[in-house]
Amino acid sequence: MNKQVVSIIQRDQLIRLMLKGERLDGRKPEETRTISIETGVIDKAEGSARVEIGDTKIIAGVKIQPGTPFPDTPDVGVIITSMELIPLASPEFESGPPREKAIELARVTDRGIRESGAIDLKKLCITEGEQVWMVFIDIHVLDDGGNLMDAASLGAIAALLTAKIPGERYGIGEDMPLPMRDIPVSVTAVDIGGGILFDPSIEEERVADCKLTVISNQEGAIAGMQKSGNGSLTVDQINHIVEVSCKKGQEIREKFLEI
Amino acid sequence: MSDKPEKFIDENGLRLDGRKLDQIRDVNIEVGVLARADGSCYLEFGNNKVIAAVYGPREVHPRHQQESTRAIVRYKYNMASFSVEDRKRPGPDRRSTEISKVSREALEDQVFTEYFPKSAIDIFVEVLQADAGTRTAALNAASVALADAGIPMRGLVSACAFGKVDDTLVVDLNKDEDNYGQADVPIAMTPDGKITLLQMDGHLTPEELKTGLEMAQEGCRQVYEVQRQALMDHYAKMQGETAEETEAPSVEDVVSDEEKVASEDVSTVTEEVEEKVIGESVKEEPEVKEAIPIEEDEENEVDGETDEEPDVEEDDFHE
Repeated sequence: MNKQVVSIIQRDQLIRLMLKGERLDGRKPEETRTISIETGVIDKAEGSARVEIGDTKIIAGVKIQPGTPFPDTPDVGVIITSMELIPLASPEFESGPPREKAIELARVTDRGIRESGAIDLKKLCITEGEQVWMVFIDIHVLDDGGNLMDAASLGAIAALLTAKIPGERYGIGEDMPLPMRDIPVSVTAVDIGGGILFDPSIEEERVADCKLTVISNQEGAIAGMQKSGNGSLTVDQINHIVEVSCKKGQEIREKFLEI
Repeated sequence: MSDKPEKFIDENGLRLDGRKLDQIRDVNIEVGVLARADGSCYLEFGNNKVIAAVYGPREVHPRHQQESTRAIVRYKYNMASFSVEDRKRPGPDRRSTEISKVSREALEDQVFTEYFPKSAIDIFVEVLQADAGTRTAALNAASVALADAGIPMRGLVSACAFGKVDDTLVVDLNKDEDNYGQADVPIAMTPDGKITLLQMDGHLTPEELKTGLEMAQEGCRQVYEVQRQALMDHYAKMQGETAEETEAPSVEDVVSDEEKVASEDVSTVTEEVEEKVIGESVKEEPEVKEAIPIEEDEENEVDGETDEEPDVEEDDFHE
């Protein structure tokens, strides 16, 4: 899954522990690491959040400004999500334009927000066909301790929930909060030799055969999924991950995100 | 672009294109369509038209990508600018980069990459016409092209999507169902039912996902049969062609060359046996003639390894 060399001892240790239902950091297979979310960390941004999952750290910023809508959707606002895997966050990241890993993370984050209908994009229309609000979500990874996917999507939604549309600055009405309708939460699990571990650490990600991200919405339905990595999953494994992810998603939502 | 249809499923339970809920679109596959590629495949999946080429195992460029213990697999999904209604700007974009990544990951574990250290297996898929489900069509074509290139694989990968329209699960979405449907879930599967690609967007309950996955797996199995048949037909045809060729003088030349080498340089015992077998096979079994000389060759090498073979080679050079 990852080009970084994994020591054989560590790999064996991980698998040995897994057979006993244990993990390197003492968690249970379904246990997630401690999450902390701090919003409003960047004053210049219309919305922002700093998220930590274990020692994974990301910062998400939302900028909102007027722009022209896409010709095929003249009456809805625009969301653009980007992800930067900057070299300060990991020895594996290099500077330069986003590569496939960053693109995948950004697109899956975007999919969760878009497909769950988290933002009422119709309400972002200023003048049909001419001007709409464009929402730019930019996520910077500060420290890659594994499971960037969940950190990114958590950061994005937390930043959106606190974002304000800067109407006054552009002379378009008053400042107002973004019209949010849903709170999608992403929960990722990895498959290591047939065992499923949730919220993988960087070591677990390196050893994993593949991972599956499930984004669930407020009503416990699935809004997005992505399998990533070379391995394969059985249908039973998929159904198990979906079930646990939806439950975990609900817990995270209740604890951190309900307004 | 067409507008959203009022209903996706009519009172008879049929979809707008006349298909049943669990019916996939027609799949047509032609194997070995490109002369320069090591393996290739043209595939139609409904109105999708894709062409796939496989090059390799070959040297890795740039060299730093090379892996010392296995081959690397590279997958490029590309949409032709004319493949969609509004011209697509040519070149890679974020969508095609993501599709390339997940498609490569869907195939890579099926390839015995450990057989080809320090080499690259390149897969290129060009979408000539897009009509919903191009990534599944591309994967199906790529998988067949890999097999056509003779790359050892654990199994063929077959892909098919399911989705939800009018709160009903359907398999293999068409354009309208894709554009206006409630969910789209492309999957890829190995012959033993393991999922190697899974993406989803839209809205599904966990129960719907469970049922849908089964439907899509059945779709994949149908695709697999077509892939398998296409490959078998292709090789049956090739075998027919080689059988015809064996009657032509070119192969006779090869055979007589071997005879010559044998009669001139190799010890008389092997020579007689070889002549006999080749002679018989020419008369009685023209179709398997290709196989027999190869077997004889191998035996010869084993025989000659001790002391005769080097002499043969030396003599050849002096002539």
